[in-house]
Amino acid sequence: MIEYKNVSKKYGKNIGVEDISLRIDGGEFVFLVGPSGAGKSTFVKLLLKMVDADRGSIMYNGYDVTKLRPRTIPGHRRSMGIVFQDFSLLPKKTVFENIAFAMEIVQKPRNTIMKQVPMMLDIVGLREEAKKYPQELSIGEQQRVAIARSIINNPGVLIADEPTGNLDPDTGWEIMRLLEQINRRGTTVLMVTHSREIVNAMNKRVIAIRDGRLVRDERGGLYHPEYDDEPEQPKPEGALPL
Amino acid sequence: MSTVRAILRQAFAQMNRNKMMAAASLFSIAAILLVLGIFLIIVVNINAMARDVQDNFDQVQINLFDAVSPVESQEMMDEIGLMPGVASTEYQTREAALESWKVRWGENADLLDRMPTNPLPNSIIITLADIEYAEGVVESVNAMIGVESINYSQDTVDQLLHLARVVQIVSLIVILVLVVISITVVSNTIKLTVLAREREIVIMRYIGATNWYIRGPFLLEGIAIGIIAAVISSVAIGFIYYYAIENLGHDLAMFMPMGFVPLRFVVENLAIIFVALGVSIGACGSIISMRRFLER
Ligand SMILES: Nc1ncnc2c1ncn2[C@@H]1O[C@H](COP(=O)(O)OP(=O)(O)O)[C@@H](O)[C@H]1O
Ligand SMILES: [Mg+2]
Repeated sequence: MIEYKNVSKKYGKNIGVEDISLRIDGGEFVFLVGPSGAGKSTFVKLLLKMVDADRGSIMYNGYDVTKLRPRTIPGHRRSMGIVFQDFSLLPKKTVFENIAFAMEIVQKPRNTIMKQVPMMLDIVGLREEAKKYPQELSIGEQQRVAIARSIINNPGVLIADEPTGNLDPDTGWEIMRLLEQINRRGTTVLMVTHSREIVNAMNKRVIAIRDGRLVRDERGGLYHPEYDDEPEQPKPEGALPL
Repeated sequence: MSTVRAILRQAFAQMNRNKMMAAASLFSIAAILLVLGIFLIIVVNINAMARDVQDNFDQVQINLFDAVSPVESQEMMDEIGLMPGVASTEYQTREAALESWKVRWGENADLLDRMPTNPLPNSIIITLADIEYAEGVVESVNAMIGVESINYSQDTVDQLLHLARVVQIVSLIVILVLVVISITVVSNTIKLTVLAREREIVIMRYIGATNWYIRGPFLLEGIAIGIIAAVISSVAIGFIYYYAIENLGHDLAMFMPMGFVPLRFVVENLAIIFVALGVSIGACGSIISMRRFLER
């Protein structure tokens, strides 16, 4: 369902990803690991066409993402769900409106929105918080709202870029259970993470990249010390939030 | 349909949130429309004046000194009647002249009533057989005693047409410059809010909102600001023109035998121009301000 072939992306002199080739099948649950600056977010942004590849092709559901015309990009993105570490929610919209927004842009009728958003809030356990604004919620709750929004339109793929990055372990596990549930319904899940505990406990496919290159791809993989980080590097100027 | 409603809802929420910048854009568009309106009013009035004078092309008006008696003026008319190219002559008293001005001034005729004395002279109006005789007749008449001045249309028409052309060109340039300035002002003020909302725009793009969906609220905001600015400046220009006629009309009366272009006609047409321009400026400003935040 997703296939990268010799994909490279540079930001000026900085290497984003370098000659990545791999394949992810429908229904898989995949961890993408590696130190900060390894190119994990770049990998994800390429799939969403938030950045353009310099070389290679990315096949997704039968088309090449790198060749998408500007007009077709929004539709492409809507076919996936996306959750990231922060920046996920629109601050001036309530919880309800944030989730409804994802439905509005695919032009779901108002009554469908009014019906499905509360159902989704039930699933993520936030029915009571519908009228609150993101900043009134804990970070874990915010992340659940973001997940609710990402799956409200039943995407084939859910991309989560460090969704547990800012969470305490308990809340992190809550999110993991949610993601696993979503994966069991048939949604492909691609999750970027730094968490040794989560990777080791879940026993899923682990793809590791370093300096933009694919260094390991194992089913039922474990977390290796080399995936660990030097201390957090500052983001480069003008970097897109992810 | 639900998309349109969603966009509308966002647009109004947004204007409310950015009162300062909305006010700045509104002010700049309104100011520009006002200046534009004033130029246009001057242009249409000069054009009307030229057209009116052109209508009386085949006439030469000889203004007489007050001291010239009716008998003397009759003698002058007889003499003029014999000149080549003169079809007819007619004596016009200063009272009759004032009356005919009042007719032409229509709705603003009362301005003439307020003048303390009748400033118009008695005159002889010569109708020429053909315009080509004008110069010869003017030359001969000029030599006669009792002639205070001669209104000879050709000069006036030429001057007015020339003036109108100059004013048109100048105002076209001024208007173009002003439109560019206002688009810049509007796009910069809107850019500030776009910048403040850059994160939101990025999130919207991740989720798959189209450019037009993201632009929608900003665009509508720009258009709404343009329309409001147009309404404000239409009303303002109406007042300005009304008071200009009331106050300046008095002083300009001598130069404007046909009176001003009617208030209502001017305001109605300017309002249409203002709305069209206001909307365009607002829309262009917002689209320009967002360019770099959207897909390609
Ligand atoms: N917008 C950008 N401009 C310049 N360099 C960038 C930009 N985004 C990412 N990079 C660089 O690309 C490399 C990979 O970044 P990223 O994909 O964000 O890594 P990760 O998500 O694994 O931490 C890093 O060296 C980073 O500095
Ligand atoms: Mg990252």
